[in-house]
Amino acid sequence: MRLKDLALGEIEDRLATGLRIATGPFTFHIQTRLHDIARGLSRLYPDFPLAEGPFSDFHVRIDALNGLRRLYRPQVQFWLDGHTPFRPLPLEQCFAMLEWGMNWCIAGHAHQYLMLHAAVLERGGRALIMPGDPGAGKSTLTAALMLDGWRLLSDEIALIDRDDGLLRGLARPVSLKNASIHLIQDHSSHAVMGRVAHDTHKGSVAHLRPTTPSLENIALPARPAWVVFPRWQARTEARFTPHAKSAAFLHLASHAFNYSLLGSLGFKLVAGLMDTCECRDFTYDRLPDALELFAELVL
Amino acid sequence: MKPACDDLLGVLIDPRHMAMLDLAAWDRLLPQARQAGLLSRLALQAADLRLTPPAPVAAWFQGARSVAERQLRAVGWEARKLDQALARLGHPVLLLKGAAYAVADLPPARGRIFSDIDILLPKAALEQAEGALRLHGWHGHHHSAYDQRYYRRWMHELPPLVHIRRQTTLDVHHNLLPETARLHTHPQKIIAAARPLPGFQVLRLPCLADLALHSATHLFHEGEWRHGLRDLVDLDALLRHGALQADWWDGLWRRARELRLEQPLALALRYAQRLLRTPVPDTLLEAAQACHAKPLWPLRDALFMRGFGAFHGACHRPGQALAEFALFVRAHALRMPPHLLLPHLGYKAWLALRGAEPETS
Repeated sequence: MRLKDLALGEIEDRLATGLRIATGPFTFHIQTRLHDIARGLSRLYPDFPLAEGPFSDFHVRIDALNGLRRLYRPQVQFWLDGHTPFRPLPLEQCFAMLEWGMNWCIAGHAHQYLMLHAAVLERGGRALIMPGDPGAGKSTLTAALMLDGWRLLSDEIALIDRDDGLLRGLARPVSLKNASIHLIQDHSSHAVMGRVAHDTHKGSVAHLRPTTPSLENIALPARPAWVVFPRWQARTEARFTPHAKSAAFLHLASHAFNYSLLGSLGFKLVAGLMDTCECRDFTYDRLPDALELFAELVL
Repeated sequence: MKPACDDLLGVLIDPRHMAMLDLAAWDRLLPQARQAGLLSRLALQAADLRLTPPAPVAAWFQGARSVAERQLRAVGWEARKLDQALARLGHPVLLLKGAAYAVADLPPARGRIFSDIDILLPKAALEQAEGALRLHGWHGHHHSAYDQRYYRRWMHELPPLVHIRRQTTLDVHHNLLPETARLHTHPQKIIAAARPLPGFQVLRLPCLADLALHSATHLFHEGEWRHGLRDLVDLDALLRHGALQADWWDGLWRRARELRLEQPLALALRYAQRLLRTPVPDTLLEAAQACHAKPLWPLRDALFMRGFGAFHGACHRPGQALAEFALFVRAHALRMPPHLLLPHLGYKAWLALRGAEPETS
């Protein structure tokens, strides 16, 4: 059964005691009384399977805080196992907080994988890994590639299996910020987005629904093929340039969530990635030009 | 009464119980173990026993074993760096708690999570040690003049030092308890009984009884109980290890009296025996408990049992918040007399109202 098989009212009822959603290898048990969360999940997670069986990897809760403050400045809080790892946020940012909280659950705990800070997409069985500094246009490009037919594995966390070095998918919504929200809306009529949360620590944030094929094929691991460092730059022609593997190695290792924790295994896995991947820089201004070049990449 | 975490206590008492758990039980137990800081310990024990838990649990155990390996590696490295930094101090330096267990390969080190490194040295060596540590990259972190005075006048340790490159935290103690605490122990006796650690120049290891007494003293002066159960597991492992020696229990009690730490030891023995079935002889349990006022045991039990369940919401009991607050107040009252404590808490409350980050507890 998938989330879209439930009506909004049913989703709300189940969320009150806990709804279990499978996102790739992880099952989240999500509990909330917030209508906005139910609506956000129903809009952005329709193709996600509801987990069978009694086990969840993470038990999270997101709810409005009680207290006098709720009368003039309502706030929302996120719980993992009854603990609150973050400071509360304004209530309007509840869905973004759930997404950030879920990312943190995985990135902070799932050391059974090597976790790199990068977006991952797949086409023809080959995976594209895009590390990107904030503001580099990584999420925008990820969203556009997904809407162009690439399968989304993740927009934030590259999960690398320690046994086979292959990438596993999470296929959770893509987080878009500020100008890229409208850019993606204008770019594609297929883009389905949640409500925009304004004035977050990242500016305005909206989440983009992952495409149905990304969910249908979520269990398929992908073989790493390219590491591309994207950079958006006004008035430049879209182009790939070579990126030294030694520099790519250092960048991936220093931006990983748990590279040093895994010790020699982390080194081995990143080295393996460098052996199988072409490494490139990519600068672009306009999305259609970028997509054209990526289409040539997979030929 | 016990904290509501029977599954977790069950596998801590006997790890073989892990083989009998179904996925629904793991769904309760895994988050509890994670929040208690005991997941890596269970993961290593399962591996030792060649247990194969259900697939999703096995994946978490694999990750938890990596965490444990990394922690051991990091503590070993940090200890060697400390040894080099303090090599010319001319005073003994004792490793305490987690770092001591890890470097001496004692049973509590299996799968233990370390948050910082603790060392103990003679008060006379403090200034010199601080200078040497600063030269090697350990610095105090923007502490206010108030915090500096709080630590240096009243506490048993320097303000925490952080290594500028590795970001590891080092607590430098010159006593087990604050200068202002109700109990007064004899750190010089602990230093005198320590023995050299093979492979190290200045780092030394307290004797096993002193390690247990320090662990007990630390736990029962603690105001924040999230790691209470983890610390009790440390104690259980130390006590069981000690019990392999002849005359361990009598020796431990004699040492507690010598160091004037009978009170925390009595609490440690009682709760380790009740929660983790540590094989404490009945005669010792009875003798030890006589050092606390008898009519207050029901109250103590009610508070501490809630303290040990503080790590996870599902393990809470009615009155949890009140009990945790009482334990917080108790810890402060044990550490400082009221005429110092009240102004201190007032100052902290004022800082909190202004939205500043507190740096002292």
